[in-house]
Amino acid sequence: MTLARRIIPCLDVREGRVVKGTRFRDHRDMGDIVELAQRYAASGADELVFYDITASPEGRGVDVAWVERVARSIDIPFCVAGGIRSVGTARAVLHAGADKVSVNTPATQRPELVGELAEAFGVQCVVVGVDSLRDEDGHWRIRQLTGSPDATRALEVTTLDWVRRVVDLGAGEVVLNCMGSDGVRDGYDLEQLAAVREVCPVPLVASGGAGAPQHFVDVFREADVDGALAATVFHDGSIPIPALKQTLAQAGVEVRLEASPTTPTREAS
Amino acid sequence: MRVALVDGGGTNIGSVSYALERLGATSRLTADPGDILAADRVILPGVGAAGAGMRRLRELGLVDVLHQVQAPLLGVCLGMQLLFERSAEDGGVETLGLVPGEVRGIPPRPGVRVPHMGWNSLVDLVEDPLLTGIEEGDRAYFVHSYAAPSGAHTLAATEHGGRWSAVVRSGLRWGAQFHPERSSALGARFLRNFLHEVER
Repeated sequence: MTLARRIIPCLDVREGRVVKGTRFRDHRDMGDIVELAQRYAASGADELVFYDITASPEGRGVDVAWVERVARSIDIPFCVAGGIRSVGTARAVLHAGADKVSVNTPATQRPELVGELAEAFGVQCVVVGVDSLRDEDGHWRIRQLTGSPDATRALEVTTLDWVRRVVDLGAGEVVLNCMGSDGVRDGYDLEQLAAVREVCPVPLVASGGAGAPQHFVDVFREADVDGALAATVFHDGSIPIPALKQTLAQAGVEVRLEASPTTPTREAS
Repeated sequence: MRVALVDGGGTNIGSVSYALERLGATSRLTADPGDILAADRVILPGVGAAGAGMRRLRELGLVDVLHQVQAPLLGVCLGMQLLFERSAEDGGVETLGLVPGEVRGIPPRPGVRVPHMGWNSLVDLVEDPLLTGIEEGDRAYFVHSYAAPSGAHTLAATEHGGRWSAVVRSGLRWGAQFHPERSSALGARFLRNFLHEVER
């Protein structure tokens, strides 16, 4: 028995509530952040990512009140993404109880940020999110400001070079969001993930494209990623996590099968 | 029961105190020697690097205090690594020396990602009150790049490009390399055992 591959639901957060919708428009309220986080923890999610969709585009920092509420109520690790631009904001989020912070666009604007975070908190707290798309010349390149379609910009640097660079700077984990497959529910971009895996010695998490349990089997087997992130298929209930874990185990993928109890145990001390 | 959480500046302090809260226990975050020595249980949490962690304990005058603690003491993650004699991190750091042994870097190689991050199995369990109700193969949440090789003081190990100590004990000093505060039902059981199963 060895390290389990991780299943990671991603929740979009707006003003302390979980929302769903095309990013930045038509938001539907999905419920209270603590309730949803506890439900996922109880269903066997290995980790959660909260993406603060208000913080990033509006240039605001993360509201740490909800981070603290989540930290109090769940007993699995979680990462906060969106709105982290400095060691100061990262510190506030980590002190509120987040286990990791994830930076994406701010790292593309000022790569030294990755090193500063690693120096201040250790590489194990620092996740770099990478939005990547294949260009017409066949190379994958990164995008910044992907939160709003009008502002999104393509950068010169290739995805493989960028991943090498952020790992050198101190990223302890890379989340690769393959924009070409994102939202299509046609499977993860195995070719791209396998190529990034080759240059990435730290944990690599796949994002973008999950639509069926077999997609998870494929991404672990063929791209050798450490974790697989998804949103819609978990939120709409089309892939229940306990069933997904069973499918993975039957396919020979190492997973954590025991789920946490729904209600925390209380006893007198 | 008085539980002292030693304020060594780590970022997981909040999470550890919340985990104790979920068990109905209250803890006091403190760097005060009197508080620490009067407690029934002492927990040394920690996330970060060994060099900075030891520097902070020295600045706070807590190195001797931790040696004087008679109550059960639990180091978590970096807190456990600091219990050993030496760490290879930051070019080599002399640590507390409360548990014999050394901490070294996990060597990365293909298939062995560093940091070691995620849910790994506890293996080679030794009978101990702290492990009551925890079974061979149960999974705990790890996140670290340095580790103590499995040895005479190991109560549970984990496999990641080698056998590493997951839980250690020397006298009334225990350490957990994984994060009980983020290890779901297993972690809750482990912390409850530390509060109620280990004796002074």
